[in-house]
Amino acid sequence: MAKKILEKKVPMPEQSPKERIKNFDEVALGYTVEMAVEEAKRCLQCKPKEGQKICVDGCPVGVNIPAFIKCIRDRNFDEAIRIIKEKNNLPAICGRVCPYERQCEMFCTLGKKFEPVAIGRLERFVADWELSKGVKIPEKPQPNGKKVAVVGSGPAGLTVAADLAKLGYEVTIFEALHKPGGVLVYGIPEFRLPKRIVEAEVEYIKKLGVNIVCDVVVGKTVTVDELLEEFDAVFIGTGAGLPNWMNIPGENLNGVYSANEFLTRVNLMKAYLFPEYDTPIKIGKKVATIGGGNVAMDCARTALRLGAEESYIVYRRSEKEMPARLEEIERAKEEGVIFKLLTLPIRFIGDEKGWVKQMECVKMKLGEPDSSGRRKPIPIPGSEFLMDVDTVIVAIGQSPNPLIPKTTPDLKTGRKGEILVDEKQKTSKAKVFAGGDITTGDATVIAAMGAGKRAAQAIHEFLSGKS
Amino acid sequence: MYKIVAKKDLASTIKLFEIYAPRVAKKAMPGQFVILRLDEKGERIPLTITDWSKEKGTVTVVVLEAGKTTKKLASMKVGDYILNFVGPLGKPAEIKNYGTVVFVGGGVGIALIYPEVRAFKEAGNKIITIIGARTKDLLIFEEELAKLSDELYIATDDGSKGHHGFVSDLLKKLLDEGKHIDLVVAVGPVIMMKVISNLTKPYGIKTIVSLNPIMVDGTGMCGSCRVIVGGETKFTCVDGPEFDGHLVDFDNLIARNQRYLEEEKLALERMKTHG
Ligand SMILES: Cc1cc2nc3c(=O)[nH]c(=O)nc-3n(C[C@H](O)[C@H](O)[C@H](O)COP(=O)(O)OP(=O)(O)OC[C@H]3O[C@@H](n4cnc5c(N)ncnc54)[C@H](O)[C@@H]3O)c2cc1C
Ligand SMILES: Cc1cc2nc3c(=O)[nH]c(=O)nc-3n(C[C@H](O)[C@H](O)[C@H](O)COP(=O)(O)OP(=O)(O)OC[C@H]3O[C@@H](n4cnc5c(N)ncnc54)[C@H](O)[C@@H]3O)c2cc1C
Ligand code: SF4
Ligand code: SF4
Ligand code: FES
Repeated sequence: MAKKILEKKVPMPEQSPKERIKNFDEVALGYTVEMAVEEAKRCLQCKPKEGQKICVDGCPVGVNIPAFIKCIRDRNFDEAIRIIKEKNNLPAICGRVCPYERQCEMFCTLGKKFEPVAIGRLERFVADWELSKGVKIPEKPQPNGKKVAVVGSGPAGLTVAADLAKLGYEVTIFEALHKPGGVLVYGIPEFRLPKRIVEAEVEYIKKLGVNIVCDVVVGKTVTVDELLEEFDAVFIGTGAGLPNWMNIPGENLNGVYSANEFLTRVNLMKAYLFPEYDTPIKIGKKVATIGGGNVAMDCARTALRLGAEESYIVYRRSEKEMPARLEEIERAKEEGVIFKLLTLPIRFIGDEKGWVKQMECVKMKLGEPDSSGRRKPIPIPGSEFLMDVDTVIVAIGQSPNPLIPKTTPDLKTGRKGEILVDEKQKTSKAKVFAGGDITTGDATVIAAMGAGKRAAQAIHEFLSGKS
Repeated sequence: MYKIVAKKDLASTIKLFEIYAPRVAKKAMPGQFVILRLDEKGERIPLTITDWSKEKGTVTVVVLEAGKTTKKLASMKVGDYILNFVGPLGKPAEIKNYGTVVFVGGGVGIALIYPEVRAFKEAGNKIITIIGARTKDLLIFEEELAKLSDELYIATDDGSKGHHGFVSDLLKKLLDEGKHIDLVVAVGPVIMMKVISNLTKPYGIKTIVSLNPIMVDGTGMCGSCRVIVGGETKFTCVDGPEFDGHLVDFDNLIARNQRYLEEEKLALERMKTHG
């Protein structure tokens, strides 16, 4: 009685491109119960076999995917969320922003013949279902009397904190900004990850007993060494918060933003609601975002929503080499973002008042593959041209935030300033662990969470082994 | 939430606040600043730490009413709460015995030099202080600074007190007289710091200025506060706020501080009509 398997994923309802570029509401609207059940039926319920990878092997935190999908099929959503949360404390977030096409869905057996099972969408569905009916808080374990400090409240810090709290530790998170969430609140835009979702996940972690203290810049307000006087261990999850620049003339002209400034103003400070909110943002008519990652897509799409007439992505390689998620590139195109590929800005030109008005660019061609395996872009001599722009957003990556390494002398760092850790996320300094973008450079939400999970395990081993 | 425990009107548009923030008070050093946000819809603005008490757990800031946020803060009362207050940010001033140090404070900058004057005095320096404002009613911290200074000079734009003219005139006079000076520290409007730096440059007198670009996070994450110093881009919130005045590109800073003029005006007008 086997029914024919649908070749394609059950489509996700979305706001139409014409509508959505006029608002900051979420683009993807989520599955209904019927859609989710329908999609869950596509899953083949594979059993792991020797030498053969399935979906679970692609998930950095090892969510038991077949099991939770089976529960969706059986309409047992309570059990589905319980299974997901065994491994993943932030499913509503991962279900939205995980690059699943390169992780779980890449190894999906069904994907060899058809479109893979929409694992991300299903994860989101279950998480949203739980949020809408009110999250059940697991029973608090007996306090074990040990205290751990977590620095930074991005996905890495939130994960360590939640896992340790569940094991009975007294956990305090110190966050520099006024709101917890890290990149989830200051970087990723509302239309991709509504802030109420992040707030709900943060609330859940607070209910586990985690204490979150904002307005504390570790390294300034208090040092890591001082934290060690009060806590039995410290976890550093301060992220990759140092914007990279092009280092070309004119980069300090008015109208040239780092992606971090642009996104922080819009997301954390809610400049898109100015003047109801006090923080302003200035957007021109012709906006160029430099870069080809998720961050660049977010900036270019945000620019449209702020009223830019033309929003460009300027990228030095071709579309194939773009690190952004496919889905985000597609959405950017649908919304009217114009892609200027194989193009490298070499100089910004200002007007008499110091505002950027043009950008000189050079055309590129692709040469041999470089160390990253991508074909290296090479400038074509004599191909220089001018492009009119009045806002430029530089989105060419972030480096690890140097504040803590600078103020913690015995913490070893690598070539790019990343904190060095072993496979258990342990640093060179006793009792200090680290994970997430501060150890890897800018990566992904789920990778930061994976590091957080390993660190929580290692901290637990370390602190329970000692007593 | 951070409670306002004391408030003082220093002049019609300049107010002093003592705020309960024990973590910040514990670590504060001269030359550093805080970033505060008044309420849920508020902007993050930087203010210099003018004084602090580890015992009381308080931090003192002096604020000049410039736009919406500073005006709103100025209208707050003892017992009110500020939503966010983070610091101490920036590098502390490098305090040692240089010999003779001239402090130049302009406008609200007069209050901002106070903690450094005190620290430099304690480090054994001879202190010459030059303060200036538009008019005599805006001269603040005069008594406190007089007590710490070996010499104190005053200038007002309208001549209502002291020299009729600018603080730079007074410094120029000292230089012309051949006064021995080892270090100049200037805090005030950007244009004043620029003039002072240009003045001392030919004499080769080291000159420190405290820059006030527009900031957002204050932790080195966004680059809104970037300035050009010695041809290199620096982030004021983590590399400063104090820099060698002879290396600062002041014109770039002046231009960058105009980025949101229209929006700032709009916000202020809206505050007047919406309360
Ligand atoms: C615009 C944008 C879009 C992205 N899109 C995606 C996506 O679609 N999918 C995906 O998987 N990944 C995406 N990423 C990457 C992902 O967000 C990061 O890899 C992830 O957030 C890293 O987590 P983290 O916990 O290491 O650090 P962060 O999220 O950076 O959090 C670090 C936190 O530490 C705080 N902090 C820093 N220094 C201190 C200090 N000294 N004291 C106290 N607190 C401090 C910071 O304020 C911050 O809150 C995106 C990133 C950006 C910027
Ligand atoms: C490190 C640092 C320390 C500072 N310390 C103090 C202090 O102790 N006391 C104090 O009164 N001010 C200080 N400032 C300046 C203060 O932050 C600004 O006055 C404030 O941000 C203005 O906010 P607003 O909303 O009231 O005015 P806005 O509406 O933002 O601006 C109103 C007017 O002020 C000007 N302005 C805007 N931003 C700044 C700025 N960053 N600096 C100077 N002028 C600006 C605008 O050009 C405009 O004309 C400091 C700035 C920095 C960077
Ligand atoms: S957490 Fe990410 S990688 Fe893991 S199952 Fe969910 S969507 Fe896939
Ligand atoms: S690999 Fe694909 S089909 Fe197989 S269990 Fe996982 S999701 Fe289902
Ligand atoms: S204020 Fe953001 S980097 Fe300095």
